[in-house]
Amino acid sequence: MQPCVLALLLLALFCSRAPALYFHIGELEKKCFIEEIPDETMIIGNYRTQLYDKQKEEYLPASPGLGMFVEVKDPDEKVILSRQYGSEGRFTFTSHTPGEHQICLHSNSSKFSLFVGGTLRVHLDIQVGEHANNYAEIAAKDKLTELQLRVRQLVEQVDQIQKEQNYQRYREERFRQTSESTNQRVLWWSIVQTLILVAIGIWQMRHLKSFFEAKKLV
Amino acid sequence: WLAKVLWAQLLCGWVLGSELTFELPDNAKQCFYEDITVGTKCTLEFQVITGGHYDVDCRLEDPDGTTLYKEMKKQYDSFTFTAAKNGTYKFCFSNEFSTFTHKTVYFDFQVGDDPPLFPNENRVTALTQMESACVSIHEALKSVIDYQTHFRLREAQGRSRAEDLNTRVAFWSIGEALILLVVSISQVVLLRSFFSDKKTTMTRVGS
Repeated sequence: MQPCVLALLLLALFCSRAPALYFHIGELEKKCFIEEIPDETMIIGNYRTQLYDKQKEEYLPASPGLGMFVEVKDPDEKVILSRQYGSEGRFTFTSHTPGEHQICLHSNSSKFSLFVGGTLRVHLDIQVGEHANNYAEIAAKDKLTELQLRVRQLVEQVDQIQKEQNYQRYREERFRQTSESTNQRVLWWSIVQTLILVAIGIWQMRHLKSFFEAKKLV
Repeated sequence: WLAKVLWAQLLCGWVLGSELTFELPDNAKQCFYEDITVGTKCTLEFQVITGGHYDVDCRLEDPDGTTLYKEMKKQYDSFTFTAAKNGTYKFCFSNEFSTFTHKTVYFDFQVGDDPPLFPNENRVTALTQMESACVSIHEALKSVIDYQTHFRLREAQGRSRAEDLNTRVAFWSIGEALILLVVSISQVVLLRSFFSDKKTTMTRVGS
């Protein structure tokens, strides 16, 4: 019984985050994904690459020597993660400022001949916040019963909701400031435009009147 | 023992849904693929967050190439289907109708149910009251998080429009001020030039 449970636990640890969704990427192509997240949120990204083999006309699993360069930028355009991983990798980062984080991936083909005229198949999976937790691992580490683990999951979920609400308040403030700025600008512009029109009208009439009087036409 | 391990491996194959936000440049098409087993209930949901008229073409195909879902210039939609065949399903977002606006698109592709919290879910006893309460709270909180995501996307869209409007108002007011000044001064100059030429002819006629 014990080795069975251990095996299941190990399996849960390794295969619970197998990336299933995939897309194709060219050799020099950079694919970026945006994650708008509150602060102190953990993000775990898993990826797996496959290369098209022209001879076998299928995608080879995990091609060696073909790494992926992962770059993560925070909302202030500052790079918080910039690393090269192998053909299969897992990257983790925690946000310290709320906002739009950009996760960019591009291939770093060390063997150019492998990649000629082909596309790389990239399996990607990005888990944010509560989804990034591995509950099997937490249960094993803290020795939690089933009920305790369920309650722990609920606590994590409520935490995530609370963080998102805080971020929402901050974003709403920014939105309100932009709208009020637009409102002010429209108000000032209409006043200034009226004044400019009246002033130009007066100037034009006076100037032309003095001009015609000089020309002895009036 | 091995059978249980293999069966657990199959259970673990039910991965969580994928939710991604990416930028789609103008005249570009981006496709995503996923291998789905027959009988799995899947949901594809997408929304355009920024860019142009906030619309995108979306197309979902089954492994044989039959189009299951095709919509042009849609801002937001949700499509649920049950996989009728085993194989690779493909969905594409296209911005080929746009000449210069690039769009930010969010999509959420849910495949099957969430994996159970415990790998050895072959229980003999039913869930206790506490546990079933936990399960229902979990489901409710999942829908709260889902609504929060939608609200965040709508707010991002609204904010993007408001910031666009703000910039346009700023440029327009400066531009119009310049145009007003240029037009009024050139009007006066032009009028003066008419009378300056005629004056010589008039004096000649007069005298």
